[in-house]
Amino acid sequence: MSTNNNNHRAPVSQKPLKVPKPQDTTTIGSMISIEINEKKFSVPFGTTILEACRDNQIYVPSLCHHEDLCIAGVCRICVVEVEGMKTLQASCAFPITQQIKVKTTSERVRRARRHIIDLMLSEHYGECYSCVRNKNCELQNLAGEYGVDGFTFGHPEKPVFEIDRSSYSVMRDMNKCVLCRRCVRTCIDIQEVGVLEAVERGDKTKISTFFDRPLNDVICINCGQCINRCPTGALFTNDPSDEIWAAIDDPKKHVVIQTAPSPRAAIGEEFGMPAGKSYTRELNTALRRIGFDKVFDTNYSADLTIMEEGTELLLRLKKKLVDKDDSVKLPQFTSCSPGWVKFIEHFYPEYLDYLSTAKSPQQMFGAITKTFYAQESGVNPEDIVTVAVMPCSAKKFECNRPEMTDSGFKDVDYGLTTRELAKMIKEAGLHLPELPKSDFDDPFGEASGAGLIFGATGGVMEAALRTAYELVTGREVPFENLRIEACRGFEGIKQASVKLENVKTEWKFLEGVDFKFVVAHGTANARKVMEMLKAGELNDVHFIEIMACPGGCIGGGGQPIPTSPEIRKLRAKAIYEEEESLPIRKSHENPHIAYIYEKFLTDGPCGHISHKLLHTHYTKRGDFIV
Amino acid sequence: MLVYEKNSLAEEIEELVKTYGNERPSLLPILEAIQSKYNYISDFAQQEIAQHLAIHPVEVYSVISFYSFLHAEPKGRNIVRLCQTISCDLAGKSKVAEAIQKELGIRFGETTRDRRITLEYTNCLGMCDCGPAMIVNDAVYTHLDPQRAIKILSEIK
Amino acid sequence: MEKAKRNGLVLFTDYQQGSAVKKAVTLTRDDILFELREAKLKGRGGAGFPTSTKWMLTAAAIADKKYIVCNADEGEPGTFKDRVLLLEYPELVFEGMVIAGYTIGAEYGFVYLRGEYNYMLKSLNDYLAMMRKENLLGKDIAGKKGFNFDIEIKLGAGAYVCGEETALIESLEGNRGEPRNRPPYPVNRGYLGYPTIVNNVETLASVPHIINKGGEWYCTNGTDKSTGSKLFSVSGDCEKPGVYELPWGTTINELLDLVGAKDTKAVQVGGASGVCLNQEQFGRKLAYEDAGTGGSIMIFNSKRSMIKVLKNFMEFFVEESCGQCTPCRIGNRKLLEGVEMIEKGTFTFGYINSLKELAKTMQIASKCGLGQSSPNSFLSILENFDDEIFHSKGNGVSHVN
Repeated sequence: MSTNNNNHRAPVSQKPLKVPKPQDTTTIGSMISIEINEKKFSVPFGTTILEACRDNQIYVPSLCHHEDLCIAGVCRICVVEVEGMKTLQASCAFPITQQIKVKTTSERVRRARRHIIDLMLSEHYGECYSCVRNKNCELQNLAGEYGVDGFTFGHPEKPVFEIDRSSYSVMRDMNKCVLCRRCVRTCIDIQEVGVLEAVERGDKTKISTFFDRPLNDVICINCGQCINRCPTGALFTNDPSDEIWAAIDDPKKHVVIQTAPSPRAAIGEEFGMPAGKSYTRELNTALRRIGFDKVFDTNYSADLTIMEEGTELLLRLKKKLVDKDDSVKLPQFTSCSPGWVKFIEHFYPEYLDYLSTAKSPQQMFGAITKTFYAQESGVNPEDIVTVAVMPCSAKKFECNRPEMTDSGFKDVDYGLTTRELAKMIKEAGLHLPELPKSDFDDPFGEASGAGLIFGATGGVMEAALRTAYELVTGREVPFENLRIEACRGFEGIKQASVKLENVKTEWKFLEGVDFKFVVAHGTANARKVMEMLKAGELNDVHFIEIMACPGGCIGGGGQPIPTSPEIRKLRAKAIYEEEESLPIRKSHENPHIAYIYEKFLTDGPCGHISHKLLHTHYTKRGDFIV
Repeated sequence: MLVYEKNSLAEEIEELVKTYGNERPSLLPILEAIQSKYNYISDFAQQEIAQHLAIHPVEVYSVISFYSFLHAEPKGRNIVRLCQTISCDLAGKSKVAEAIQKELGIRFGETTRDRRITLEYTNCLGMCDCGPAMIVNDAVYTHLDPQRAIKILSEIK
Repeated sequence: MEKAKRNGLVLFTDYQQGSAVKKAVTLTRDDILFELREAKLKGRGGAGFPTSTKWMLTAAAIADKKYIVCNADEGEPGTFKDRVLLLEYPELVFEGMVIAGYTIGAEYGFVYLRGEYNYMLKSLNDYLAMMRKENLLGKDIAGKKGFNFDIEIKLGAGAYVCGEETALIESLEGNRGEPRNRPPYPVNRGYLGYPTIVNNVETLASVPHIINKGGEWYCTNGTDKSTGSKLFSVSGDCEKPGVYELPWGTTINELLDLVGAKDTKAVQVGGASGVCLNQEQFGRKLAYEDAGTGGSIMIFNSKRSMIKVLKNFMEFFVEESCGQCTPCRIGNRKLLEGVEMIEKGTFTFGYINSLKELAKTMQIASKCGLGQSSPNSFLSILENFDDEIFHSKGNGVSHVN
């Protein structure tokens, strides 16, 4: 995509034609009194009817509405009566700018809602009990709430569309689509990838890719954000759990699983627990009971990533500043988010040299499991099956990249999402929250808190700073309790710097350097960062962390549904809290990391062995759709 | 598509962008210009246009598929659209439709083998007082009967 | 019919090119709004919103830019009055836009011309060029210092829904023609977010005559609530189809006599989105307060099958719905399927009643006027031709009773 303007936009009809709310609600005219179901309330000017209802504990159903997305007003489920208006109004799209009287459950409203649900069901093919979203489907819930117990206007007996199974990550079954367009708004607005749009019109309208090509053939980055916002089972991940069960059932196979921090901070939600608590050690027990031979901590390889990526950065700085080598590209970008990697491969292929060559923690884990671990434990690597529990759908694509076979085998056999793992646990007859706690297995069972916080946006940067700063200066980062607040929080793009002073002699060239870094999450923000880089605004920045998903991995496309701004905050809180309780909080202090460099990666970070196993290269994909 | 054809199309699109501007409101005029010259807008053209306007190719595709007069698939050299709406229907559209289908040997929605004519139905042309009516490319023909319609079609190249 | 043979009350009368613009620039904004209010001019597209209110709201909105849009996306089946106005009376339409620009302080106007009318494009552009030469467009129009206004014609590309004003604006912005949520209304947030007037061709064409002769004169025709004249596009089973200018309040019977309609069974007032009346209702008046219409009158004689007529209408809406909101996208398909069941005799009365209920939901729950009005013919034809459709043989309708 060219750059003559940066105004990547969603269809205006779906933009929030919002009335700005007053900043200060104490000024005259900033609050407005309204009447809902004959009760009086006072709300800020410009509040939508839906917000006003929900803020006051009045339930109004919705479907196309999503807290992360702009207003669409297309499903019409949330219609209400506004006194004086002939037609019903979509409450999600109606800003209150004058005194109004609203009825949310009148006879006309109830009948309209039931009709709308009935109409949706008349085009929604499939049976609930054989659907991946059974018991977590917004359409199913609505049908239940409104007593839609017969198919008044019919129900499809045959599927109309073939399921698109072309992608390693994201599957599309348009037979279940209700055209709420959340995926469109996600893909265009939040991610600015632009794979999905509504095409055709009238009763032929459907969601489609460019020329209806399979997802694998277009510019999808596999982030799965669309899946996370789909109200039905029209979008879902490519689930490998049957293959994993088969491996577990095969006595010859040695099945090893690693769990990433974000799934641990969210999986409780799949078992009806409130968001905001990690079930790390309960999960270890569950995985053993399912039959996994070893349960490892992805944070371990996150520590490894920090060592490799941090060293790579310092080497780049040295080459640039000392050797005056202009072919070295700075700022260095993180490469652990596979959605982001594919994004830059598609949209900014000319900037691939800026990307760290370090593999993601998942892939490092696979590579060392089938080499170092196999060697240490005496298991034939051919018999090892590696499974990665990830919050992410793009991880499935990542582990299937042809270059990810440096161990001599497929480094990671399966990427499993949080949702899919929860299903496996349920299938094993386990209720996760009630399980006893247990620890990870050695040798990859101990990890630092730095690896843990990878899960939230800014986490990689914070972890890297803790290590790099200490390597260079010999001192801890100068922040209370190691909390680098500048890296935390959900602002789209964060910029900050740390001054390097009194450095160790071998890093003399960094004396007095103001180490500048940028953190961004969501690929819409990534695009902004890339445009800033193109415009030369980031020339003095050293390191940039980008995560493809809003909020970072905790908001990943494989995480429990729903995900909302509030839920993302709670998951991040769970991660930061767990982190502070850990004895080791810096990657380089992890004794197992020291051990592997001593025993296996003997020429150190970014040495020959690690280059072969732990680093990768990228593909200039471009955005032309053939 | 051959490379030189692509290049000339790319140049043409660049010219159109110069004429109409590279903002989103220019999209329809640009698409209409390409449509009227080539009778369809290829996937290559769509991506070129998207590039210039800094929008996603799927958005261009989406807009094209919305409007009846824009096509993403190749059509014949001439597009014939017969009005199917009520007044033309009352005035004998069906007979005209049958006659031209028989004459051309194709059905509505299809293109003749020599790619001379693509036959389509369209909704109300605003010629309700002088139906049945059809448009051939941009020209309107009214008061059709089977003979007259066939004669008109036989004269286009 | 040729222009020379047309006769009428307002629009189809003599008009001196440029006279209204020249007069308007000597008046104040308030004077013009006053005359429009006196004239009680209402939107001629069918919805009947008071034009003076629309202009006043836009005039009052504070913004750096404002736009005038002439809605020439005449797509309602059976409507072709705008074709006649644009071909034969472009001066009225364009000058109406200039006056609107002067009144609200806009410098730019668009004519959104439906793609089907592409053949007019050249003559309209030639006319605009001529106006520029005559200083009726451009800078310091008609000698009024600082009053600049120009008009550009934008072509549609075959989408009925773009006649809906917010869909039209979306289309102008280069998007799918999908209606927006309201509020905010175009008078506050229209084209590119700026205050925008969207007026029907006929509404704008009425303005120059009101400026020249005054609002009070305008009210001498029509009824109290429907002032002035209306263009009716008459088609179907009659001897003299065409565009007629008649005073509001004319009864259907009077109109049928005028156009030489004999043996009339049904009259569809307001196009496919309007209502279908039977003989008992032919005494009704064509007026906003009675049988309101954007001007489409379609006449069906006793030989026509009403269920076939209805099927044609429903096929139209199934294709022309923009497809974004559930009631309209799926609802119209369900209504069409119901009509097909009636045609084949495979329906139950219970199901038809469910569809009638659904039709009422579509009228109130759809996002825009298309979905809100598309069930009108379904409801009115099933109601007014109940006997023919459900209780008699013939007309290709199988009999179930």
